[in-house]
Amino acid sequence: MLTGLAAGVAALLLLALAALPLGRLPFVGRMVHGGCLAVCLWLAGVALAVLLGGEAPTPLVLPVGPPWGAALLALDGLSAWFLLLLGLVGAAASLSGMGAEAPPSLPAFPLFLAGMVLSLGAGDGFTLLFGFELMSFASWALVAARHEQAENRAAARLYLIFALAAGAALVPAFGLLAAHAGGASFALLRAAPPEGWLAAAVLLLGLIGAGAKAGLVPLHAWLPLAHPAAPSHVSALMSGAMTKVALYVLARLLLDLCGPAQPSWWGLPLIALGALSALLGALRANLEDDTKTLLACSTIENIGVITLGLGLVLAFRGADLGGLAALAAAAALLHAMTHGVFKTLLFLSAGAVLHAAGSRRIDRLGGLIHAMPATAACALVGVAAAASLPPLSGFASEWLLLQALLAGWRVQEIGFQVAAAAATAIAAMAAALAAAAMLRLYGLVFLGRPRSPRGAGAHEVQGPEAWALWLPAGLTVLFGLFPGVLAQLAAPAVQALAGAAARPPGGWWLLQTGEGGAGYRPLAIALLLGLVVLGLWLWRRQVAPGGAQRGPVWNCGFIDPPPHLPFGDPFTQPTAGGIAQPLRRMLGVPLFAAREAVEMPRPGETRAARYEAGFQDPSLPLLLAPIARAREALAAQAERLRDLTIRRNLSLAFGLLVGLLALLAWLEAR
Amino acid sequence: MTFGQLPYDVAHLLGGFMLLLSFVLLYQRGVAAVVNTFAAQGAILAAAAAWQGFVQGAPQLYLTAFIAFAAKAVLIPLALRILIRRLDLHRNVEPALGIGPSMIAGVALVALAILVVLPITAGSRAIAREDLALALSVVLLGMLMMITRRNAILQVVGLMSLENGLILAAVGVAGMPLVVELSTAALVMLLLVVAGVFVFQIRERFDTVDTALLEPHRGEQP
Repeated sequence: MLTGLAAGVAALLLLALAALPLGRLPFVGRMVHGGCLAVCLWLAGVALAVLLGGEAPTPLVLPVGPPWGAALLALDGLSAWFLLLLGLVGAAASLSGMGAEAPPSLPAFPLFLAGMVLSLGAGDGFTLLFGFELMSFASWALVAARHEQAENRAAARLYLIFALAAGAALVPAFGLLAAHAGGASFALLRAAPPEGWLAAAVLLLGLIGAGAKAGLVPLHAWLPLAHPAAPSHVSALMSGAMTKVALYVLARLLLDLCGPAQPSWWGLPLIALGALSALLGALRANLEDDTKTLLACSTIENIGVITLGLGLVLAFRGADLGGLAALAAAAALLHAMTHGVFKTLLFLSAGAVLHAAGSRRIDRLGGLIHAMPATAACALVGVAAAASLPPLSGFASEWLLLQALLAGWRVQEIGFQVAAAAATAIAAMAAALAAAAMLRLYGLVFLGRPRSPRGAGAHEVQGPEAWALWLPAGLTVLFGLFPGVLAQLAAPAVQALAGAAARPPGGWWLLQTGEGGAGYRPLAIALLLGLVVLGLWLWRRQVAPGGAQRGPVWNCGFIDPPPHLPFGDPFTQPTAGGIAQPLRRMLGVPLFAAREAVEMPRPGETRAARYEAGFQDPSLPLLLAPIARAREALAAQAERLRDLTIRRNLSLAFGLLVGLLALLAWLEAR
Repeated sequence: MTFGQLPYDVAHLLGGFMLLLSFVLLYQRGVAAVVNTFAAQGAILAAAAAWQGFVQGAPQLYLTAFIAFAAKAVLIPLALRILIRRLDLHRNVEPALGIGPSMIAGVALVALAILVVLPITAGSRAIAREDLALALSVVLLGMLMMITRRNAILQVVGLMSLENGLILAAVGVAGMPLVVELSTAALVMLLLVVAGVFVFQIRERFDTVDTALLEPHRGEQP
């Protein structure tokens, strides 16, 4: 199986190599993406084999590696679970990429996949970091591919800064662990869990490093900018898989390599950050008016939910509550899988809409359910899952997570109990806000009437781009109907997180929190829903035997539009900003410094009144602006070095040498 | 081979003598005197290399000794003297750091070198340990000389004194191949050429070899 993994990585690297000289030819984009599709499916098969058949006992030693130790490949339950997700998401994204025209940064796509696979399949810290950095830089190339536009350049720059920050935090985190354990392989690291200040440093660095790549608040500023800048299938891969790889690194570092004996309070920072991300992401998704930015904000929300689950695992495990830890672990893993799949579906749908209707702005779309029925159906599945409606996949995992949160009172400390209660309230609120955001997205984009001539001329997408929607849509329905089976499949991963004795909740037909605990039967709910729909349909047949009649749309009492507005008066349809207004006023003012200003003309003036509304993400003034100021100050200081005389330059080098020698002497004396 | 045995004592004596000459270089104000001291240091280096060749039974070190003597004790000082005569530099130059402070700094550097080298090399042969400590001291003093002098020629001398320390370290270790010495000697010749050109350039443009005069031309106040 590990040989299969290595073969997959090698195939991806070969594809990247082949795309390098041939990238300009017309058929090569299709060929490379097709190759990626095949490799992704193969990797998903490898991951499935590991999950079903047990992990390989010994890691595979790669012939290449750093001079101080061999590079190892290994797959255990945890990495196989995320590899399965990567395989599925990658397959859908590659399929969609076959339909799109080849981007100028074609070789980066297989490299991006290879980086993620290497990061997941790593058996030692070095290989993991190498894959992580490869993933970061390849995805940066993809984000920067359309650099003609200034906003894409800015997004790529910010993305690169955050990627570098992630690397700069993860390298010392693994370095500290490796220095403590005397080697970088996972087996060695696991055998020497850190304690005291070392453990705290690893926790902090791991949270910064993995959080910056996953998009955890307050390190999320890049995400709403980078996702829209990349091509749609790349955004799908970034949002569906890359953020999950970062979460895998977080789980691997904090839950696995730091050992099972870490104290209960370790979970608190994760829970706090996760709850904050969930709330801010979901709220911001309600305010954005660009489809892909909106979806990116929803990704922040879901990353927060998964991190919340991981934090609960740490807290429950530290308090010796194995059953609850397994429940929380299953919730986090299940949500990672379901979110990865449905967010891929939504990004691919947004890409199809962008391709067919020519815009990402919600205010230029509308009524696409008539022009693009298949895309609309797939998007409906994704939107309903993202809004966590039963019987789709999003509901099952969020339900499990809320069950785990509601059991938070079983940890003894009163402080944690209060925190868990607060996190429960915030998570529930985030789920409701996410549902509102998804309703707004679907209602404005697919329902109603077209808002622009280009949107009215939309047509259904064809070929691979259309097929690529059906894979994640089918998986979302399947995962939603059989979440218990999915939880059973995740058993090795749950055991890696929550301890070897952990049993994941669930069986064939139901998802249960424990013996005699609450249960969820998705098939029964689906059956009931089906019966209701069938009843409605029969009832409609009975009351209207002649079939439905289409009539003119009621335009809320406005007069009929003039002839030069064939799509109706735009003012008779709600806009994205209009629907966002209540939430912006209620929650946006304290959290996002939302502002509104009405500028009325003075009496006698003939100009129109102006109404302006906007908001600002709190991470800009609170995090990025101070960092930018610090950078300016540092640069000004460093600039003074250029004006030194020859003697002072020599003195600097001499002083450094003497300082190093003194350090050496001091180290020897100890 | 420890203290009290002839090979050890002579090697130690020669190394100590080089270190002493480094201190002389550090406080010497006259340009001509500095060049003379540098020539003496080159001759001692040659003697040390020859002695090591005799003790270790390594004939290639005689070649090293010859190269060191020819280059460090004869050719380079000769070139520097010609340079001084042509540039008319027979006057004393004030170092940037006073004599007293630079002496104290030099002693501190020697102490640092001993503190660093002796514990690291515990377990290896005593002759190599002492030699390495002396050589590192010579290197550090050469660097100190480079930064305490304003005169370009004296800075070049500091650089070459530093290189003397490197060669002293190289010959002290048994089994070091000759390649190192040859290449470093060639490197110094090259450096001398570069430095000579550099000095002439300064002379041509500004009629002095004081590097402080360069500073206003970079838009700054010295």
